[in-house]
Amino acid sequence: MPCNSDIDVSAIDTRRHSTAKHQKRLYVERVVIGILIAGSTVAVLTTLGIISALIFESIQFFKLVSIWDFLFGMQWSPQTAIRVDQVGATGAFGAVPLLVGTLLISAVALSVSGPIGLFSAIYLAEYATPATRRVVKPILEILAGIPTVVYGFFAVLVVAPLLRSGGEAIGLSISSESALAAGLVMGVMTIPFVCSISDDAIIAVPMSLKEGAQGLGATRSETTRQVILPAALPGIAGGMLLATSRVIGETMIVVMAAGLTANLTLNPFEAVTTVTVQIVTLLTGDQEFDSAKTLAAFALGLLLFVITLMLNVFALHIVRKYREQYE
Amino acid sequence: MSNKTATYDKIKQGLKKRRRSESRFRSIGIASISVGLLFIAILFISVTSKGYNAFTQTMIQIDVFFDPDVLDPNGSNKLESIARGDYRAVTRRTLSNTFKDVSSRRDKRQLYKILSSGAQFQIRDTALKNLSVIGTTIPVWVTASDDVDMMIKGVVDRKARPRVRRLSEKQMNWIRALESQGKVERQFNTTFFFGGDSREPELAGIAVALVGTILSILICLAFAVPFGVMAAVYLEEFAPKNRWTTLLEININNLAAVPSIVFGLLGLSVLLNVFELPRSSPLVGGMVLALMTLPTIIITGRSALMAVPPSIREAALAIGASRVQTVFHHVLPLAMPGVLTGTIIGSARALGETAPLLMIGMVAFIVDIPNSLTAPATALPIQVFLWADQPERAFGERTAAAILVLLIFTCLMNLAAVFLRRKFETRW
Repeated sequence: MPCNSDIDVSAIDTRRHSTAKHQKRLYVERVVIGILIAGSTVAVLTTLGIISALIFESIQFFKLVSIWDFLFGMQWSPQTAIRVDQVGATGAFGAVPLLVGTLLISAVALSVSGPIGLFSAIYLAEYATPATRRVVKPILEILAGIPTVVYGFFAVLVVAPLLRSGGEAIGLSISSESALAAGLVMGVMTIPFVCSISDDAIIAVPMSLKEGAQGLGATRSETTRQVILPAALPGIAGGMLLATSRVIGETMIVVMAAGLTANLTLNPFEAVTTVTVQIVTLLTGDQEFDSAKTLAAFALGLLLFVITLMLNVFALHIVRKYREQYE
Repeated sequence: MSNKTATYDKIKQGLKKRRRSESRFRSIGIASISVGLLFIAILFISVTSKGYNAFTQTMIQIDVFFDPDVLDPNGSNKLESIARGDYRAVTRRTLSNTFKDVSSRRDKRQLYKILSSGAQFQIRDTALKNLSVIGTTIPVWVTASDDVDMMIKGVVDRKARPRVRRLSEKQMNWIRALESQGKVERQFNTTFFFGGDSREPELAGIAVALVGTILSILICLAFAVPFGVMAAVYLEEFAPKNRWTTLLEININNLAAVPSIVFGLLGLSVLLNVFELPRSSPLVGGMVLALMTLPTIIITGRSALMAVPPSIREAALAIGASRVQTVFHHVLPLAMPGVLTGTIIGSARALGETAPLLMIGMVAFIVDIPNSLTAPATALPIQVFLWADQPERAFGERTAAAILVLLIFTCLMNLAAVFLRRKFETRW
């Protein structure tokens, strides 16, 4: 068809032109994707940075203090030596009292946020009207958005004096830096966290299970207790583990409201200290960087990182597996 | 027949019990929620009731004679020479002239203590603002000391024992005399909003900390947003599903749950000791906060991208757009409100973060507003932490007031996030 030859030529021309353009575009796009990949490695680099920094400084520390003494030592009293030949100049770096203190405060916190968060979630998911849910949930979420330093101030200003005078009234001596005060406030902080994760887990339970139970004549509470909660248990357990990891790593509340001296006790009325408190006390103020004291903070940081990482990996695994089960 | 009734009765009896347990269960739920809400109420009420007092400050009016012999001994009437004058002497002489019957040295020392140590600088500023006051007597409002302030505000009972009140009977009499002449007043506390930190509560302000916080957050956003969006776009739109990307994903999820203090340790050991960036600077603080908020931005960014329906991508690809063009021209702009919401929530968290900043030494006593990104600075939550530790009563209310400012900022940011989500939420 001769009349089309003109068009054909121009079409070829356009194609040649567009191939060149296309080539350039391909090149540019490859660069763009390369940049994106580079950008996404920042997160990996951060993790690597954290791990290598903590391990590097901890190795320095374990050259000065044996790792067994650190992990299983029952005494924590890092003091700076005034004279080089002073007795106990190196101090004692046994992490057990710190771990026990951390666990004690965490246990108090979880015994507050666990039931309160779970029951709030049950109420919001099973009983509350949509309107109530829409109002109450964001208000509870406020608790999660409050800076932790505010909780710390509140624990010192309101909760600790209240507990102290309450304890006096019934003849208990409660230390003003008790594990109870710090734990209670920390528990309140984690309520929305537990609540929203339990809520997700409860909502993920298929309607058919719920309807089946109610069809057999079970009341709402019976359905919830005997059908929904067992089905949602893995998700809830995962949420609790995440909350535990958050409570263990929380710093400001305990720095302000818990004690500074290591005290190996399980009595929540006494003052205990935690891993995070010690990291802060060891590293604030002017110190030589290679002293056992500052290096000990990194060893504690490594300990904290490993514990929370294990909890997180385990919890995320449970939550994901549970989600897949019903999807 | 009777058998049937027996069963019915049994069920009926059981029913009562079951209904009771039902209502018990329900009320436990209501009680739990109430505990949470009650706590929020107590927290806000206790902080507000303690903090609002700090927004005013007790001022005392004194008739200052700007004595040229003391302030400008060589009579030059020049700014430099007047700025160097002995304003402490002028302040003290003014007080002695106001209360002529005070003669013993001990009483005089007590008298001087009703004014803040910053009063002389306020008098100097008055003189420097208007040099013509030299040689005249004019009334000047100066800051009262923190103990007087607490007493006037009623935080401390006027009838409390002098030891508790920290004001002697004589000091009370002088203040009563000033009050009867209307020379004691509670005025808006400009020092609190525009001043830096101070050892004296009546002279302490949050401006320096606020500037430090704002600089740190800006740095944080400048680092976290580009990298966060890049990672989110790559993982959601381009990444092949293989072992490396799964690892990346697990890594990001775990990074989001790493305790904040560990990020502080990272900053201390890598940014400060390896890269030798300036300690206590907003630059380092912002970078540490950026590493912390990065996972939040990636995770929310990914879910925003995921929410954009595949039909948009398919339409763009069908008319010949490449995958990069599809993402950058169509998907990302549609996901932007979601990304922005995540960014705001992330920075609201960074705003209240204290522990990592403690680690990199932003916990310093800083009086001057930082003039660069590498100058030593502090942050608002750290100011709260420092003031909460101070024994003076007046610092208590300033701590609460600083918390109020912090909470207002946090609330505003979260509200903005909610508003953005509502406004730009697209139902596909």
